[in-house]
Amino acid sequence: MASSSTTSPCAACKFLRRKCLPECVFAPYFPPDQPQKFANVHKVFGASNVTKLLNELQPHQREDAVNSLAYEADMRLRDPVYGCVGVISLLQHQLRQLQMDLSCAKSELSKYQNLGLLHHHHHQGTINLAHDRHHFHHQLFPVTNQQMIRAFDGGSGYDASSLLAMNMSASIGQLGGFPQSRAAGTAADGRRTPVEPS
Amino acid sequence: MASSSSSSSYSNPPCAACKFLRRKCLSGCIFAPYFPPEEPTKFANVHKIFGASNVSKLLNEILPQQREDAVNSLAYEAEARLKDPVYGCVGAISVLQRQVLQLQKELDATNADLMRYTNNEMGAYNPRRVGYGSGVGSYNPNPGYYSYGENPGHGNN
Repeated sequence: MASSSTTSPCAACKFLRRKCLPECVFAPYFPPDQPQKFANVHKVFGASNVTKLLNELQPHQREDAVNSLAYEADMRLRDPVYGCVGVISLLQHQLRQLQMDLSCAKSELSKYQNLGLLHHHHHQGTINLAHDRHHFHHQLFPVTNQQMIRAFDGGSGYDASSLLAMNMSASIGQLGGFPQSRAAGTAADGRRTPVEPS
Repeated sequence: MASSSSSSSYSNPPCAACKFLRRKCLSGCIFAPYFPPEEPTKFANVHKIFGASNVSKLLNEILPQQREDAVNSLAYEAEARLKDPVYGCVGAISVLQRQVLQLQKELDATNADLMRYTNNEMGAYNPRRVGYGSGVGSYNPNPGYYSYGENPGHGNN
């Protein structure tokens, strides 16, 4: 390789066309075989912002931070309007649908369990309902920007963001073993049901 | 809403971005429609995480009618990153994905129970289940160079 060090320059230094020094802050997290990762992060956040962010963290937190930044950058490049927030919106929607479906399925199940035997016309009702729901959800899945715009619709977009933030505070309650740094302002009361069924 | 400002002695108040950047808020200012002066934190956050020039480039690459949503989603992400510098809003995604998977499993189990009842009577008939199938919520970013959300314990601390 061109540099005087024995290892090749990291993806960041390669991108920035500079010498990759031993103390390079990017090197541990942007290996040279993943050039796109740094390119994306650079495009969305900028190298100096990333440096500042990393310098404010403990070394053991930096890998997770870089990976989450890379994910955010990737999402933002795929969806320049909504980025990760589109994903959040979609997941919240899916969660609500699942809760409704689960509630419906449990209700159906309880009917069978309570009645014991079933009658033929009962089947027809259950199956049609399930079929409709199944078909509807498949239509949802390839999310278009139209879907996402609707999630933000309704007056000031910032209100929608606040609404999402509220839902997020509720959702962040249960972390389930996924390591997370101290996060001021998030609800950490371990609530298990983040979204109320509508 | 701050609109055009002229070089005359009276001008409209600068938008939050131009106030922050200490520059003149011109009539074509790309930030002005989305960063009103009464919300200084919004721009301060976005500037800290993304930087003014990155935001400006991003806004220039999307249609004008999309810019408000874009700015609001950037503001949301910036705020989330400031509250949680390690995971930002991706932490919430991870939690949501986990919850979606959990609920999907519960739904699958309930559907399996339902099918047991219906199959008992219907024989070979395989009715549709309530809800939708597998692969829900696993938002797999570009596969290959990293995986996020698929492996919750991915980071080695």
